[in-house]
Amino acid sequence: MYLAPALVVLGGLLGYPIYQLGLISLFHYTQAQVSGGEATTFEGLGNYARLFGDEQFWQVLLATVVFAAACVVCTLAVGCALAVLLTRVRAVPRLALMLAGLGAWATPAVTGSTVWLFLFDADFGPVNRVLGLGDHSWTYGRFSAFLLVLLEVVWCSFPFVMVTVYAGIRAVPSEVLEAASLDGASQWRIWRSVLAPMLRPILVVVTIQSVIWDFKVFTQIYVMTGGGGIAGQNLVLNVYAYQQAFASSQYSLGAAIGVVMLLILLAVTLVYLRLLRRQGEEL
Amino acid sequence: MTLVSRDGEPRVKPVRRSVRRPGRLAAETAALLTAAVVAFPLYWMVLSAFKPAGEIESTEPRPWTLAPSLDSFRRVFGQQEFGRYFLNSVVVAVAVVVASALIAFLAATAVTRFRFRLRTTLLIMFLVAQMVPVEALTIPLFFVMRDLGQLNTLWSLILPHIAFSLPFAIWMLRGFVKGVPQALEEAAYIDGASRARFLWQILFPLVLPGLVATSVFSFISTWNDFLFAKSFIISDISQSTLPMALLVFYKPDEPDWGGVMAASTVMTIPVLVFFVLVQRRLVSGLGGAVKD
Repeated sequence: MYLAPALVVLGGLLGYPIYQLGLISLFHYTQAQVSGGEATTFEGLGNYARLFGDEQFWQVLLATVVFAAACVVCTLAVGCALAVLLTRVRAVPRLALMLAGLGAWATPAVTGSTVWLFLFDADFGPVNRVLGLGDHSWTYGRFSAFLLVLLEVVWCSFPFVMVTVYAGIRAVPSEVLEAASLDGASQWRIWRSVLAPMLRPILVVVTIQSVIWDFKVFTQIYVMTGGGGIAGQNLVLNVYAYQQAFASSQYSLGAAIGVVMLLILLAVTLVYLRLLRRQGEEL
Repeated sequence: MTLVSRDGEPRVKPVRRSVRRPGRLAAETAALLTAAVVAFPLYWMVLSAFKPAGEIESTEPRPWTLAPSLDSFRRVFGQQEFGRYFLNSVVVAVAVVVASALIAFLAATAVTRFRFRLRTTLLIMFLVAQMVPVEALTIPLFFVMRDLGQLNTLWSLILPHIAFSLPFAIWMLRGFVKGVPQALEEAAYIDGASRARFLWQILFPLVLPGLVATSVFSFISTWNDFLFAKSFIISDISQSTLPMALLVFYKPDEPDWGGVMAASTVMTIPVLVFFVLVQRRLVSGLGGAVKD
């Protein structure tokens, strides 16, 4: 009974659209069909065949995976390092770092993207001035554009890792850490041999969350590279699907890409469940 | 057990305060420096919003301004119906936060307190639902909203956002509900409390820190969204939300940086206020959620 509202909402607005997404991906569906001008024709797996035969799709897929992996690694490294740092400082620097982090976290993706773009702007941005790069354009090159987006993504997502891991470290009995440091363990050694194993459940959660979020990065790419960069060089799957559907009116192709993404993330979820189960956690 | 004590404050242990640490000065310097770097983009945003037009479009950007001006803000607020957009954003965000918190609370209680068939399957479904890429579902959701006749209304934004924030909220709240001892529930029933009374007067206050933590997520994702606003509010501009107002100033070839920064500031401040208000509960909340 308590479940009823949740099930109605999720069934109607998540389950049913997913079913429709799958359905659309099997049909030939463009602007003409949306407006009712032409009848929809069943294509079977034709859209998928076209997709897999397209070289750009594989390129985008590779870029997505590499980009998401880089984002996750950087976010986790920065977040964990700062969480450890937080435990070693007094209240004032801790509050400063915490507030700065929360500020970055709270910043809406759209505004974060535009602000970072402005910081790195070729003509008016302070970064180029400080680095003495002249009017070097960060969004022109494929690699540097991805790097810029990566910086923004890490900036706005490391606070979640930092706050969560910090909360986790606080829960570790301080005697354990004291004993380790009395035994002469270095900070890195304490992290690797004491904290990391004790925080494993938390680390698994933040890692998986990061994977999910970074794999689905949309707004940052869309805004910062102007919808996928020059000649689509900065496309990731999510933006690619959106462009196919709404810019080129290839709704069924866009839907097919959506299904592919869904399947990849499903695989990640299965790994997550495996890890949870291996820790013996009961669902 | 959770980290959270009865009054919702984290049980803070004095962290090795007595031990004199030689590296502390270095650590504190590093912390302050990092804080400065992290806060810099926000500082620059607010600064640029107040800079007069000549200074923004200067090739010698300075980290201060001697002649703060409200021109950019005037342009933002002078934009037609900006207040309306702001109000719409607030209405949508509040509706989503309240509705998804209540629904998620009930659902989380159900999946932790009752055993029933398909319970595990349901939990896995909630987890999988989190992975669904929102953007991919824009296409089918558009058709759903059209069939419901809700295009161009705020409902077309509220309903999908409730659906997208629910799975994560349920998944996180689960840990909190689990942390409330079963004995408490039994004691309440023995004292003659009805099921509803236990739910709202005992369980609800106890998991409130968790609800706050999850609300942060649903609030942010709703407040940030511009894709749904862009796709579902197609002809009735008066139903549009803030991100759309921001994008008016952002044209790829010739962005009005002053306007963008001022609009960004206006859009970011409510979220910052919200965050600072819940900051304490957020830290304890996240700690409680991930520690079963």
